[in-house]
Amino acid sequence: MTSPNLDAAGRYPAGSAAFPHRSLTGLAGLAPWEILFLLDEAEQWVELNRQPHKRNDRLAGLTIINAFFENSTRTLLSFEIAGKRLGADVVNMHAAQSSVKKGETLIDTAMTLNAMHADAIVIRHQSSGAVQLIADKVDCPVLNAGDGQHEHPTQGLLDALTIRHAKGAEFAGMRVTICGDILHSRVARSNIHCLTTLGAEVRVCAPPALMPADIEALKVHPFHDFDAALVGSDVVMMLRLQQERMSGQFIPSPREYRHLYGLTLDRLAKAKGDALVMHPGPMNRGVEIDSNVADLAGRSAITTQVEMGVAIRMACLDVLTRRTRGLEGWA
Amino acid sequence: MSAPRPLTITGGQLVLPGKSPVPGSLRCEGGLIRAVGGAIAGPDDLVIDAKGALVVPGLVDLGVFAIDKPAFQFGGITRAALMPDQGVVLDKPSSVRFAAQSGKPDLWVHPLAAATRDLAGSEIAELALMRDAGAKAVATGRRWIGDSGTMHRLLSYAAMLGLVVITHAEDAGLTGGAVATAGEMATRLGLPSAPAEAEALAIARDLALAELTGARIHFRQVTTAKGLALVRAAKARGIKVTAGVTPAHFMLSDTAIGDFRTFTRLSPPLRSEADRQAVLAALSDGTIDVISSGHDPRGPEDKRLPFADAEPGMAGAETLLPLTLGLVRDGVIDLPRAFELLAANPAALLGVKAGRIEEGLEADMALIDPAKPWVVDSDMMAATAGNTPFDKQGVEGRVLALFKGGVLIAD
Repeated sequence: MTSPNLDAAGRYPAGSAAFPHRSLTGLAGLAPWEILFLLDEAEQWVELNRQPHKRNDRLAGLTIINAFFENSTRTLLSFEIAGKRLGADVVNMHAAQSSVKKGETLIDTAMTLNAMHADAIVIRHQSSGAVQLIADKVDCPVLNAGDGQHEHPTQGLLDALTIRHAKGAEFAGMRVTICGDILHSRVARSNIHCLTTLGAEVRVCAPPALMPADIEALKVHPFHDFDAALVGSDVVMMLRLQQERMSGQFIPSPREYRHLYGLTLDRLAKAKGDALVMHPGPMNRGVEIDSNVADLAGRSAITTQVEMGVAIRMACLDVLTRRTRGLEGWA
Repeated sequence: MSAPRPLTITGGQLVLPGKSPVPGSLRCEGGLIRAVGGAIAGPDDLVIDAKGALVVPGLVDLGVFAIDKPAFQFGGITRAALMPDQGVVLDKPSSVRFAAQSGKPDLWVHPLAAATRDLAGSEIAELALMRDAGAKAVATGRRWIGDSGTMHRLLSYAAMLGLVVITHAEDAGLTGGAVATAGEMATRLGLPSAPAEAEALAIARDLALAELTGARIHFRQVTTAKGLALVRAAKARGIKVTAGVTPAHFMLSDTAIGDFRTFTRLSPPLRSEADRQAVLAALSDGTIDVISSGHDPRGPEDKRLPFADAEPGMAGAETLLPLTLGLVRDGVIDLPRAFELLAANPAALLGVKAGRIEEGLEADMALIDPAKPWVVDSDMMAATAGNTPFDKQGVEGRVLALFKGGVLIAD
């Protein structure tokens, strides 16, 4: 798939055509060059973040609200750092401290944030579709930081960036296996959309109760047998068991889960010899991933994922506010 | 109150049971249809010239969640069977008696007695007292009765009382907190979902218990191929079963939930396209007996929410007639069959003498223009809320005048 008006480098269209969306609510439906554009934009921030002076003030004067209706530590921190490194005024709203607890509807809360003239709103919410609902009602760009079991687009992007750093820019022919609670995972969905769009072969592995219906329609290959799924994998992405999202019993016990789906050193040996190990965190060590795998030098990219997360979020905040800032070609 | 003037409608196309529309007139007196065909107006009659409009029975809407007169009058509905799921649950004779009086004289409300106290699914409610207070049938409400022993006792008791049991066909153990049918769309959207088989499971059990007890059972909505196959086979075996559906399940599949539009959050949820086709086939072959609106107006406090947090239901009274006439236009059913589904069959199920243009029956009638085009607009509805999944859709068919008991109530 190519765009009719590629830029001089031949990668994506010029100006706002490279990313023509006002908000980033998901990766489903994005064109390959739109994803590549965001990844490329993030590279400068990977560099900056490795410098002693980690500051670029291009978002100075802008207000970014992180509205988190669901508890989060790492994602909230990552977005806060991203905004601050770009010079924006970043404020965090925790649902636990807000009038949401007093019965205010989600839309009323959104309209309140809107009336405060935020220049971007970053939202996490426990219900699928909640971020889209808000994006339709407010005047500024909205960034989805995770909505229910739907999407977590910046996670998908940061995982792709991590893979690109470790494995090179060619996603075609790459085999990525995602194992764990696919059913309840927005991370899995965003990764599936992102990686299949970029041309990678994606395998998903889970027990039947944790595998969504008709997952093949998302152009992935489903497996129940983890050992079989691992064969020939370039990347092994483990997901956390989301016990807080489960209603009813989905697995008999954590140790039985580990028996079938835990990533041990022995299991990892079934993948390619240089296979990359990833996990979006937080990890349940000793359940879906053993400590000696999670900490395996040269193979585990788990801390790199966190690093790439800040860069990706800086890129997203920069790109989505270009129209507001009146950048040439974006106004 | 003085008796209303006798009414004669001339120049209409009469839609009579089992026949193509015939030109003619009809005369009503004392609230009943007295003559059909070449009726001659009496000297004191109010004479209305139908000017070629179709003269059809007033719609009998089986299973509404709210009494919404403006919407019902717009939609040609003269009788509505009210679900027991009300602010005060219809599980006592007093609440049933009150509900039965609430629409008169221009709308007749037929309360459906709650099958169990507080609709909790465990203790059977006072069905005989409610019947004698005006309940026309028994309903399990929005939910299925999960306990098979309770359902068995309910069906045998209702059979003795001569009451139809109207049930919701979804196995709650399988559906859990689902808001969508398991499949590609629910997977893409990350919505809690359950297999469509939840319906067939519930129907299979309830059919077995209906056969065992000899009870009459009506599945308010049958929306899947497997559920309809069970109903079809049970009818062939002679079980006293009927089935209904709302236009949502013959018009829409689950692709309609794609934008998280909460107006498409329904119970049961929208199904696959294959199931939608099965509903059309079942309307065509007679497996489905009733089309109802499922009228459930919901304001923003229930609908302007994330999809899974929104309440299910649609405002359906105004679109019931035109969407059913769409089936006639598409050749799925013919015109007389449309009014069996909309009026005659639900009236028979409730045991009320209405639902057909026939001498001796209640003079509940509508004059309609089946081809009049209009656009559904959720901001302009007569209903108390505009939560229609058919917003901005063009439809054909409009009520020109509505009569309840031979009295003109809307034109």
